[in-house]
Amino acid sequence: MDRRDFLKALPAAAAAVAAPAIREAKAQAPTRNETLLLVQEYGPNSLDMQGLGSSQPVNGVALNCYDRLVSFKRQRVDDITTSFDINALEPELAESWQEASDGTSVTFKLRADARFHSGRSVTAKDVKWSLDRAVSIGGFATTQMNAGSLEKPEQFVAVDDKTFRIDFLRRDKLTMPNLAVTIPFVFDSELAIRNSGGDPWAKEYLKNNIAGGGAFKVEAWRPGTETIYVRNDDWKSGPLPRLRRVIARDIPSPSTRRALLERGDADISYGLPPKDFADLAAGNRIRVSAVPVPNAIWYVALNSANPPFNNVKLRQAVAWALPYEQIMQASLFGRGVPMWGGPSTPARLTWPVPFPYSANIARARALMAESGVGPFTTSLLFDAGSGTIAEPMAVLVKEALAPLGITVELNKIPGANFRGELNKKTAPMAINRFGGWLDWPDYFFFWNYHGNNSIFNIPSYQNPAMDRLIDAARFTQDPAVYAQNVRGFLELGMHDVPFIPIAQPFHDVAMQRTIGGYQFWPCREPDFRYLTKG
Amino acid sequence: MRGVLWRLAGSLPALVAVIVVTFVLTRVLPGDTATYFAGPTASAESIAQIRAALGLDRPLPEQFWSYVQALMRGDLGMSLTTGQPVLVDLVNRLPASAELTLVGLLIAMGIAIPLGVLAAVKQGSLADHLCRVIVTAGVSLPVFFTGLLLVYVFYYLLGWAPAPVGRLDAFATAPNFVTGFYLIDAAIARDWETWQSAAAQIILPACTLGLFALAPIARITRASMLAVLGAEFIRTARASGLSSRTIILTYALRNALLPVVTTLGMVFSFLLGANVLVEKVFAWPGIGSYAVEALIASDGAPVQGFVLTMAILYVVLNLTIDLVNRALDPRARHS
Repeated sequence: MDRRDFLKALPAAAAAVAAPAIREAKAQAPTRNETLLLVQEYGPNSLDMQGLGSSQPVNGVALNCYDRLVSFKRQRVDDITTSFDINALEPELAESWQEASDGTSVTFKLRADARFHSGRSVTAKDVKWSLDRAVSIGGFATTQMNAGSLEKPEQFVAVDDKTFRIDFLRRDKLTMPNLAVTIPFVFDSELAIRNSGGDPWAKEYLKNNIAGGGAFKVEAWRPGTETIYVRNDDWKSGPLPRLRRVIARDIPSPSTRRALLERGDADISYGLPPKDFADLAAGNRIRVSAVPVPNAIWYVALNSANPPFNNVKLRQAVAWALPYEQIMQASLFGRGVPMWGGPSTPARLTWPVPFPYSANIARARALMAESGVGPFTTSLLFDAGSGTIAEPMAVLVKEALAPLGITVELNKIPGANFRGELNKKTAPMAINRFGGWLDWPDYFFFWNYHGNNSIFNIPSYQNPAMDRLIDAARFTQDPAVYAQNVRGFLELGMHDVPFIPIAQPFHDVAMQRTIGGYQFWPCREPDFRYLTKG
Repeated sequence: MRGVLWRLAGSLPALVAVIVVTFVLTRVLPGDTATYFAGPTASAESIAQIRAALGLDRPLPEQFWSYVQALMRGDLGMSLTTGQPVLVDLVNRLPASAELTLVGLLIAMGIAIPLGVLAAVKQGSLADHLCRVIVTAGVSLPVFFTGLLLVYVFYYLLGWAPAPVGRLDAFATAPNFVTGFYLIDAAIARDWETWQSAAAQIILPACTLGLFALAPIARITRASMLAVLGAEFIRTARASGLSSRTIILTYALRNALLPVVTTLGMVFSFLLGANVLVEKVFAWPGIGSYAVEALIASDGAPVQGFVLTMAILYVVLNLTIDLVNRALDPRARHS
């Protein structure tokens, strides 16, 4: 820095020093009643949800500190929880939008008064830069964008300052809902580019800084310790949040988190073992919000590509042998929706739907005999990281299969190895949990059952008939054709059982009785914009 | 002085070995960093992208060479679990662990040394048996259990201790960084409210650690006191009619302290690495929990950084112990 730069920087530095004092004089510090204390297992490892390798809590940063064009329509579930309707959208940064009459594009009108934290007005150019970034940066962000047929920067057009258009690659019912998830959020592109240090997507800068216009700003981020959010008083994309400050502390031990809640020192927490939620829900001092996670199931996968489980009768025998009720009680403590004991054809055309199996050892024995497979030894893979749920489940599966002559060895694998082992697709049996953000049955089936063998197809299930049904359902515009194909692949999934669904898990959140306005979104992170205290 | 330098030079090969071994270990251990950080909803392409971004697709010798080059520049790499440079993380977290361990050690010393002396002087008495019981209990209860028990009793049931949310109450602000030890920094800033909050937060975890460290210190004090008390110069002192207070505190204890100091050094470095579970229970942002989180995630750079830091600490600590021993024992000075 030479002398001239130094002199130029002086006024800015003086302003920076004086600014907090000025701001403090204007607004009083938030009281404890306007401050929320959230305790969580671990916090964000970045402030940029589009970046490579961002952890689950980063979704919360995207949700609270950035705006998207649209959000899902909020829908009240009970007196604790508000959820959402994935088929209806509400304005966020866009005040209105219109699909072209030929169905090839959609045009958004941006809010006239929307400003970034920097004070600059939000323009269509910022929206384009942000969506270009999401489809180009690679990793999870790009995969998620592609899931809604948002694939190329050429699709995004800044028509004028406040008008933005998306050209569709194809008619895809997932395109519009995919704009409301936590990935396509809008950056202050000028601020980001100015600090990018030459990187076209300013990855390093945005990982450590917020450059957006959302309802909250990050006041302090100490990775592994805490993240402190303060309200953006100039937020215009929705009603001004009631909370003025949120302290999110990382408290790794679930026992400590529960004690903090029960003593009334923490306001809200999630990610406790199901037993703790069952206890808290049974008492009446703490309120527990329980939302069945859309699209998600706990399942036992049977490797359909290799012997012995490439035998469909054997898979059915296993499905009739599992002790569903005991698993529900001993491993999930009732914190889920049963996915067994349903009618022989799907009761409704949604996912998940109860499968027709239940614990019936006589039928299991008969099918085992039919399959022609003799007694054998196999292994069951599960994640040590979700051990409080998966371990009792694995033990019960092992016990239940012993009478069929199937000896199961338990293969408990720590976090980092577990995904690696799953991706090898050699495990004969595996316990896992999966759910997509976009809650459509064909979406789940495309990723899990399709012959393109994505890494979520844990059992390596391949069936051309299944692929035809899924493909037909994905892009049809005709509701009757859609229903027919969904029914088709659900029935085939029930018959072939490469995945044996156990339960649809609850997303549990425990909070003090003084906390209201809990909002559940597909990303499952808490939304501070609607929470209230006192 | 020459001796000190010579000793430092002697520890260099050990450090080199540590660098090589941790590098190889983090690469050889099963577990795929890229897969883990790609998350449960990652496609094969995004895993490959992360692997390339981390340089994990390059051959091992090449990776090692760039690791050593970076190390020479003082760059310990990036942590994927926190998203920050490892050096920054360690600088932020080491004081937290060191402060907790030191306070724990002081508590342990305050109890164990008098207890050990008492047990040795009154061998076979009630005090001796009490010492044995406390020490056995301290060492045989797992630290996370003692930690949870203390939280349950003093926080949950009695409400005497503050909420176990880390180094400070959630609404307090950290003192300006001078040493990184909150108790010292807050005292320097004369911010007694923060000092009180920091002190209140540290008591339970420090007691948990201290309880665990009681055993080695008390046993060594007792054994070493017994040996010294049986020595001829003590008999001479007694025969000369010195008061038993002077004999025990001035003559016996000073001579008995040598092995105790050596043990203290061992216990300190051991506690620093082993207080992982205490850090977990009390949400203490230290380096132990940092290293374990990283290990579970197969995040190599923080693990390497942690091991290297511990190795350097060991070297410095052993040197310090030698110097203290020289101060205590004239024989060590001349040999």
